[in-house]
Amino acid sequence: MTSPATAPATDAPRTAAPRADRGSSFRRNAQRTGSRYLWLFILPAAAFYIFVVLIPSFQGVFFSFTNWNGLSADWKFVGLDNFTRLFEDAVSVKAIGNTFLYAILSTVFENVLGLLVALALHSRIKSRNVLRVLFFMPVVLLSVVIAYLWQYLFQVNNGAITQLLHAIGLTDANPNWLGDPNLVVFSISIIVIWQFTGYTMVIYLAGLQGIPPEQLEAAAIDGAGPFTRFWYVVRPLLAPAITVNIMLSLIRGFMIFDQIWVTTGGGPADTSHSLSTLVYRTAFQFGELGRGTAIAVVLALIVGILGFIQYRGLLRGGAR
Amino acid sequence: MNRYTWRTGTLEGVMIVVALIFMVPVYVLINLSVRRQSDLSSPLAPTAQPTLDNFSNAWAQSGLGQAMANSAIITVVSVGLLVVLGSLSAYGLARATARWSAPAFYLFMIGLLVPFQLGLVPLYRNFAALGLLGTMVPLVIIYVGLRLPFTLFLYTTFLRQIPAEYEEAASLDGAGTFGRFRRVVFPLLRPITGTVIILNGLFVWNDFLTPLLYLSGSPNRTVPIAVYSFVNENTTVWPLVFAALLISVIPVLLAFFVFQKTLIQGFASGIKG
Repeated sequence: MTSPATAPATDAPRTAAPRADRGSSFRRNAQRTGSRYLWLFILPAAAFYIFVVLIPSFQGVFFSFTNWNGLSADWKFVGLDNFTRLFEDAVSVKAIGNTFLYAILSTVFENVLGLLVALALHSRIKSRNVLRVLFFMPVVLLSVVIAYLWQYLFQVNNGAITQLLHAIGLTDANPNWLGDPNLVVFSISIIVIWQFTGYTMVIYLAGLQGIPPEQLEAAAIDGAGPFTRFWYVVRPLLAPAITVNIMLSLIRGFMIFDQIWVTTGGGPADTSHSLSTLVYRTAFQFGELGRGTAIAVVLALIVGILGFIQYRGLLRGGAR
Repeated sequence: MNRYTWRTGTLEGVMIVVALIFMVPVYVLINLSVRRQSDLSSPLAPTAQPTLDNFSNAWAQSGLGQAMANSAIITVVSVGLLVVLGSLSAYGLARATARWSAPAFYLFMIGLLVPFQLGLVPLYRNFAALGLLGTMVPLVIIYVGLRLPFTLFLYTTFLRQIPAEYEEAASLDGAGTFGRFRRVVFPLLRPITGTVIILNGLFVWNDFLTPLLYLSGSPNRTVPIAVYSFVNENTTVWPLVFAALLISVIPVLLAFFVFQKTLIQGFASGIKG
């Protein structure tokens, strides 16, 4: 698969203009076409971005220190109250733990399964193109549809999943997938994993296609078995795909909303909330905007720190 | 390793079985949507007397037609704006040499790290103060602002790999800055524009949280909200619900099967940056 993102001839031979050669080719390009009016090109985009992202985010941080209910004119600063309550209240403590559980479970399984499928489909098998499409298909479906579908599959009495497990002979129990507080987070994670394994698979396939087959053949001739070949040849070359996939899965996992809201609404007894669903419930259903935004700030910190670690390298490459 | 050996055959067999298990939910979705409501057999058993009545009933009762039109309008306008504003500002950022250009780029990139939930509540209050709740306007504005950092990132990284010679040639022919952009740069950006359209289009079409907040109960609701409220009104009537679910994903599924190669490539390349 040739990537459409690979740009045409980056290093076109430059015969002319050897002077002004300090800095990168990017800088040189910039100087050549530089115009004093380029800032006008950025203005409209900046307006949208400032109005939708920057201003509300600052407002969010501000309100997280208040007791505003979103309606009344009088509100006051409450310091860190919203945050300390967050770590004292059983529901929000559970939601924080759940958020990490959702993120870790989905990241691990999406990536292990996605990589295995990608390795299997990066072979001579004849059905590889059809199978690739099938595994990818859930990615384009509406999350809401997927969530309702799985809500049905997870039904208590003779739900399809339970029947399937009985048929294979894996268990004869009758688990209450979405109604058992000890099980619900795992069940919802299964939905997310089913939905996004195709996503990681596609990125791994693109990564695998970039590995020259000669290297694998050379290793095979040297007597390396499939596992040795994977570990010493494939894995290092796949590192960028692994990084991107893990980052995307983690951020998706930490922000999970749709699948929970549709299947359980955070229940039973508030045991399946993530921070995202808790923000929605606290701010919009209970009208406690101050507390709601405090939860959002905690979520932002988690995702922000994580994203910063991951994006640092990426941005350095992009901004030069 | 270029021959089809018995090991390849075994792998093929295993993968087909895995794919079939993976597809069970989709099978149940289709299987149930053609089932009569009186038919209470197992969801895994093939439906004995299939019917298409559920589809006409679901279509008539769910308002999905209107919702699809709404979703289409919001998606097309948002993605169109993202392509225009994203490519314009990427050009400005990638080709500007002023002191502000690098900090401006980083300021946009912060948006990749800020989760939408942080500004969710205040933004809602701001739109309420402007009297725009229940209309499509906030959604379009939100999608453009929210997806700009990512769009800009894709365009900028792509643009920085295009040598400026092309533009120079155009400026020798007397084209101004905007002329150079429109006639030379934008056409060169076409491959990445495809990726921008695919990734943003799917995001906007599938988004649930924003319209849940802004369009619940409004005639302007989008497909995910129409599905959400239809299912909530008919929870126990699964065949009807499943027909509605299937109808709601048909447009995207059709597009997916027609453009699957481009789509999958768009995903893979957009993410590699």
